[in-house]
Amino acid sequence: MNVDTDVAARPAMRGPSAEAVTLTVNGQARELRIEPRVSLLDALREHLGLTGSKKGCDQGTCGACTVWVEGRRVLACLSLAVACEGREITTIEGLAPDGGLHPVQAAFVEHDAFQCGYCTPGQIMSAVKLLEEGHAGDDAEIAEWMSGNICRCAAYPNIRAAIRGVRDAGGGER
Amino acid sequence: MRPFSYVRAADAGTAIALVRERPDSAFLAGGTTEVDLVRQDVLRPGLLVDINDLPLDGIEDLPDGGLRIGALARMSDVARAPAVMERFPVISQALVLGASAQLRNMASMGGNLCQRVRCSYFRDPASPCNKRDPGSGCAALSGFNRGHAILGTSDHCIATHPSDVAVALTALDAAVHTSGPGGERTIGMDDFFLLPGDTPQREHPLEHGELITEIEVPGAPVARRSVYLKFRDRQSYEFALASVAAAVRIQDGTVTEVRLALGGVGTRPWRARRAEAALLGQPASRASFAEAARQELAAAIPHPMNAFKVELAQRAMVRALTTLTDGER
Repeated sequence: MNVDTDVAARPAMRGPSAEAVTLTVNGQARELRIEPRVSLLDALREHLGLTGSKKGCDQGTCGACTVWVEGRRVLACLSLAVACEGREITTIEGLAPDGGLHPVQAAFVEHDAFQCGYCTPGQIMSAVKLLEEGHAGDDAEIAEWMSGNICRCAAYPNIRAAIRGVRDAGGGER
Repeated sequence: MRPFSYVRAADAGTAIALVRERPDSAFLAGGTTEVDLVRQDVLRPGLLVDINDLPLDGIEDLPDGGLRIGALARMSDVARAPAVMERFPVISQALVLGASAQLRNMASMGGNLCQRVRCSYFRDPASPCNKRDPGSGCAALSGFNRGHAILGTSDHCIATHPSDVAVALTALDAAVHTSGPGGERTIGMDDFFLLPGDTPQREHPLEHGELITEIEVPGAPVARRSVYLKFRDRQSYEFALASVAAAVRIQDGTVTEVRLALGGVGTRPWRARRAEAALLGQPASRASFAEAARQELAAAIPHPMNAFKVELAQRAMVRALTTLTDGER
């Protein structure tokens, strides 16, 4: 590896001021003008009007901003939007076809898995992946693998019930 | 958050050269610590060099039964890799017991080793902190230090090293491979994590622009029977108050090989060499486990709020060893 020469093929330097960034969100290419310091969460909420993903702590401790990047559940508050360029982003708005509910969304309604609802989009984006990952074996496993999503209303028993419901209906694992 | 520039590198040489060019630049991997600390105004980079496109995310078997883990392999992928689960369960368990599923999907292995401390004074730019602002003092010494270290501390810093997997890697004599301005080199865990001493701002020996490319775990048949135990204030998604990485081999009731490292109690991942030495050749009994743990923690320097860790760490070691030797004692 030769690191003693100048950078040969210099990649594009971005920022620090706002520049055009293209994000692929819920299957659609969206162009926005943002600085590199803008988080994926702020890009979604403030620039693209996708306010389903919530800002709880903005420091990676609550999980309310959980979205999928390249099909994996991650925290949008600790992701830089510019670093997500070229990657597939899915938010709660893109979870189900127009007008419908994803089975996990329906289960949250059926099992009353929320009170204030603020953490719910993050809970659902996390729960869908938990089911796909095969970590819904029992309540202890669900609790462990959902621990990155905090619910201030403590609706945890009903959240677990909703997840069990989808699991038992065979709607989870890939 | 202060403004910064961003560039995405496609190969290691470019990434290293880009960081090297500017003193205020830094690599960006998973970002789970870095983005947080930039937002807190603790880190103030002028340029972030995104290394996530570098082809450094593999997990390879080595001829000696060891592993070579790419620095950009994500915690979640390493935790569920069959080779890791079978041959090094202590690594897999330490990873799964750290952070949350979302963070483990983001955080890279190299970044995990470079993560900064969770000391609340380090993370608060208004507080004195010798690690963040050398010479300003240590607010934790007389402050809220329940989570702080009791081993390897100095008068300048008592922040606990926060990583779980680094504890497992330390027990297993792992090493990091790096590439940087001075070429490539290999640094063992003992040399990678520095004690704070009077330079707590220096946490590892990496030069500016030196990149961790791989983590090498040497073959260790003893690790097939290994465990990571973690004790904390809540059941999940929390840093350790005390944790133990342990592997042990028993022959005819006697300890013939043992690896022990502690987390949550040291300023660095703490290899428990005194305890290891005390255990070799001893009967695999609760009494010898307790005596070895006592000897390891004899050097502890507790503070009023974290004095409980001296006992907690000893009990954690005994629990780990009794768990591993159940049926052979």
